[in-house]
Amino acid sequence: MSLAKRIIPCLDVDNGRVVKGVQFVDIRDAGDPVEIAKRYDLQGADEITFLDITATAHERDTMVHVVEEVASQVFIPLTVGGGIRCLEDIRRMLNAGADKVSINSAAIVNPGFVKEACDTFGSQCIVVAIDAKKVSRPGEADRWEIFTHGGRKETGIDAIEWAQQMETLGAGELLITSMDRDGTKSGFDLQLMHEITRRVKIPVIASGGVGNLQHLVDGVKQGGAEAVLAASIFHFGEYTVQEAKEAMQAQGIEVRL
Amino acid sequence: MNQKLVAVVDYGMGNLRSVSKAAEHMADAQTRIIVTSHPHEIEDADAIIFPGQGAAKACMKALMDTGMIHPIQKAAKEKPFFGICMGLQVLMSHSDENNGVDCLDVIKGQVVHFDETAHPELKIPHMGWNQIHQTNDHPLWHSIPQDSRFYFVHSYFVQPENKAYIAGETTHGQTFASALSHKNLFAIQAHPEKSAEHGLQLFKNFLAWNGH
Repeated sequence: MSLAKRIIPCLDVDNGRVVKGVQFVDIRDAGDPVEIAKRYDLQGADEITFLDITATAHERDTMVHVVEEVASQVFIPLTVGGGIRCLEDIRRMLNAGADKVSINSAAIVNPGFVKEACDTFGSQCIVVAIDAKKVSRPGEADRWEIFTHGGRKETGIDAIEWAQQMETLGAGELLITSMDRDGTKSGFDLQLMHEITRRVKIPVIASGGVGNLQHLVDGVKQGGAEAVLAASIFHFGEYTVQEAKEAMQAQGIEVRL
Repeated sequence: MNQKLVAVVDYGMGNLRSVSKAAEHMADAQTRIIVTSHPHEIEDADAIIFPGQGAAKACMKALMDTGMIHPIQKAAKEKPFFGICMGLQVLMSHSDENNGVDCLDVIKGQVVHFDETAHPELKIPHMGWNQIHQTNDHPLWHSIPQDSRFYFVHSYFVQPENKAYIAGETTHGQTFASALSHKNLFAIQAHPEKSAEHGLQLFKNFLAWNGH
């Protein structure tokens, strides 16, 4: 008996609606976040992550209401990412019922913000999201860098060093997304995950590239991740969270069933 | 007049709303859940839920600033009392967190950090779903299967001097006390408000419990 590896469905939310492809619906309006979160809860999701892709302040208020609605009906951990830039943003989301927030670009602008956030709210609710791309050429030693703006803007920051720095500043967890793999359905960048998980003490969530259930297994077994995050394989109804857990258990991974 | 008043202690930290929502979700029509930082409301309540996240030092300071220390110590000896996470840890005599903090001393014992040298491979904080092995037949465990998984997030755990207080145990490298019970008091290291059906059942059991 020990800690279970987690499966975390991720929902992209724009102006109060889930976008990015749930089957059968228009891409701009894919569903009600409360209904989708409830469905994943029933399937046995260990946590749910909401990524707020909303651009305006007015629409951001909508996200607060979404979190409030979900938190009053779904009793598993909820993480909110996207646009978390100041302590007040964190306070609002936690008060609305989120358990954790994930900080991405605000950490790059000011790494001290991560420390400030951890000191104020506790490491347990601060996730640092890292979007990394492999920048080494074939034949060179492996090297990954942090990219922002959906992978378009390079920062020159070494992803592995950055992960360690975020741990030192107090982050409770890291969400590592391979921008090379995101959306490709070719599996996690296992090398990247392994290089980070073997160097940090805090839990790592692997993200980016999941196309089948074996990819989830590999993320844990080869990548060393404590949790695996996926969007499209669950949204499109290809697999349920339950099926994913059964596949992991069949290969000797401890899960909550 | 048969209404039951349950106070959720608010000391300005943590996921209070999640705790009150879960309690409200499981409360019957005769039960009123309030969230409060007023000492007199703690005194007036029929039952207390003491939630918590964050650090021991900040928790003790907030309790001191709001004048809730004595009402909480008193309630913990007199009425149905449900401690959650930090609401378990601050019941102990002393915590090693924040270079050492004296706590409420309701239960004799210490709060200590996971032993990282003995288990270098373990991830700390202990974050995620782990099993609780029920070591007694407490009313709060009713309808919750043995070894059910609950959601945990913590780096410290409690060590009561009197092992008879242990109501549940969990293993993360080492086996630690994940629930304590004594008379009218039940406290748990996990977050039942985030532990799906078994967590909700624990709230239901607490709301139905008379403290005996």
